[in-house]
Amino acid sequence: MYIYDSYDKQMLQDRITQYRDQTKRFLAGELSNEQFLPLRLQNGLYIQRLAPMLRVAIPYGCLSSNQLRKLASIARDYDKGYAHFSTRQNIQYNWPILEQTPDLLAELAEVEMHAIQTSGNCIRNTTTDQFAGVAVGEIEDSRPWCEIIRQWSTFHPEFAYLPRKFKIAVCGTPNDQAATQVHDIGLYIKKNKDGEVGFQVLVGGGLGRTPVIGAEICEFLPWQHLLTYLDAIMRVYNRFGRRDNKYKARIKILVKAIGADAFREKVEAEWQHDKEGPATLSQEEVDRCKSFFTDPDYQTLDDSDSEINAQLEKDLLFSHWMERNVVAHKKPGYRIVTLCLKETGVAPGDASDRQMEFVADLAEKYSFSEVRVTHEQNLVLTDVRLQDLYVLYQGCKQEALATPYVGLINDIVCCPGGDFCSLANAKSIPIAESIQRRFEDFDIQKNIGDLTLNISGCMNACGHHHVGNIGILGVDKKGSEFYQVTLGGSADRDAAIGKVLGPSFAQAEMPDVIEKIINVYLEKRQDSESFIATYNRIGIEPYKEKVYADAD
Amino acid sequence: MPTLIKDGQVIENTWVLIGKESDLSSVLSHASEQVLVPLSLWQEHKSDLQASEKAIGVWLDSDDDTYELGSDALELPLIALNFPVFMDGRSYSSAAILRQRIGYKGELRAVGEILRDQLFYMKKCGINSFEISDSVKLEDALAAFSDFSNNYQSTIEDPLPLFRRR
Repeated sequence: MYIYDSYDKQMLQDRITQYRDQTKRFLAGELSNEQFLPLRLQNGLYIQRLAPMLRVAIPYGCLSSNQLRKLASIARDYDKGYAHFSTRQNIQYNWPILEQTPDLLAELAEVEMHAIQTSGNCIRNTTTDQFAGVAVGEIEDSRPWCEIIRQWSTFHPEFAYLPRKFKIAVCGTPNDQAATQVHDIGLYIKKNKDGEVGFQVLVGGGLGRTPVIGAEICEFLPWQHLLTYLDAIMRVYNRFGRRDNKYKARIKILVKAIGADAFREKVEAEWQHDKEGPATLSQEEVDRCKSFFTDPDYQTLDDSDSEINAQLEKDLLFSHWMERNVVAHKKPGYRIVTLCLKETGVAPGDASDRQMEFVADLAEKYSFSEVRVTHEQNLVLTDVRLQDLYVLYQGCKQEALATPYVGLINDIVCCPGGDFCSLANAKSIPIAESIQRRFEDFDIQKNIGDLTLNISGCMNACGHHHVGNIGILGVDKKGSEFYQVTLGGSADRDAAIGKVLGPSFAQAEMPDVIEKIINVYLEKRQDSESFIATYNRIGIEPYKEKVYADAD
Repeated sequence: MPTLIKDGQVIENTWVLIGKESDLSSVLSHASEQVLVPLSLWQEHKSDLQASEKAIGVWLDSDDDTYELGSDALELPLIALNFPVFMDGRSYSSAAILRQRIGYKGELRAVGEILRDQLFYMKKCGINSFEISDSVKLEDALAAFSDFSNNYQSTIEDPLPLFRRR
């Protein structure tokens, strides 16, 4: 993991001092609500329905055991003993007290964490695939590049007051688990025929009110030019992005309005000036950043284990867990383990202080003291020895962390919704629970197979409903909470925006609606076809007919 | 009266900024000898303004295209950048373009809604004078220029990014 040096530490301390002073001035009436708003937002602090909400960055999803323990103790000391892992590799506290937030941030800084630019109209936390560095067939580890982008984007003086928020994702794995194509900038790491690293650059992707898949503006950007090119994109956006209407202020609207070719020309024109300038990346800097992400001391191991095989025969639940939550690792004898935060009855992505401490201990014992956070709101141990899996599984079971749902219908991605968020039109957590209860039988889930189901409580789409195979959006219909369903979305390398099924449904109807959709799939699927493959083959009509049949 | 800070010193403001509705004659007959005119007026009456006895500077609104001023900038004694509301961040890019692309070396002034908490970023983008409203305490404003001890990026003030200085 990246380790702060004296420069990083000092700048973080400077920020805490600055924020403490800003909070003091606000409480003393020297800063108006309006003036304090962007300042607190750039430090992750929202004012929500019931209390402030503090969003803490987990840079590109990487956490150490010590950092996770600190997140747990903060949940206990400043909150109600739990926290929420969001869909952007951040963690959110729902009940901090404004006056205490400077102290909370000072505690975070002790473990080199912060809430800088987790909100507001600025460049947000850069995200990536949670399997970076350990995935089979990886093109290049994205973490050093994310760290380079983190530093470049942190306190960038020219881009702190953008038209709107700005999100960057980087992906170097064959299976994109970072939803790269629906980010303001999506970077796919590539290698050219000489093995040199570069980036395919997409711009203008995004969800929210106007979901768009990003457009390519550079097919192969040599790595040396990464930051100068990003500067050029940001400058074009900062100057020409709309500021008259917040719903039309994202970069995607600008790219759509002038077209990807015209946008590229503007970027190239800016970039020509800086292309070989001082911000050009040096091999030394890349090597320095890469030095923090070298392989841990892996042992030389066999890729099979007779005791684990024996347990797989004996323990059916363990075999389910192995099948869904454990995937191959680049090193023989190691596995990547996903700990699912989707226990039925608990808000998706929520973890208690005790669970966080438990995972921190597990990581220390079995996975080189590192944990990853996923945009699907789960936690990952990236480097577990195959031989340790049964012991680890049993421990997880005790702490309600062994739900074998990963990638199945009950692994629901869900925003906090109307229970917490002041932007929401409707609740989302109870919808998730009602669907999870309907499909609780593991055999039913397993029979349905790979499927993503995403729920957002409003158009802002924090639950990424547009890119769920099944998407659910909370809408306000004459003061009542209703739910619109989309089908066919996908967040991977074949990204797609889901299509609206038809008129929205009342909360109580939702489990039936989802079940009908699933039944159409089960009837129509051929061989081992996945939900999305069947949908892509037969289109939306059969689902529409079935779901709305009774209403006609 | 707003306070003017230039290069870290409080100085007297001898310039008058005239609005977009003003015409050439109101500039030429203005009592002040130092007048900041809007970009549109400069573009329309450049030769008359250059021929005038007065010192003429240009102010750019946040939606003006800085490149339109172009090399004219190099002859101006003062350029001001407006921040109509503090959330409008376009003038940060205008400052960078003037310094970095056009090569303007003279006084670059921030006017409009300028809060204490933006001064550090403005300075990094190459702005070196600031019209501060009375609601901002002067000592706070002066302290704000050193809110951060360093910066990661290549900026106008420090073209070498931290990774080249580390």
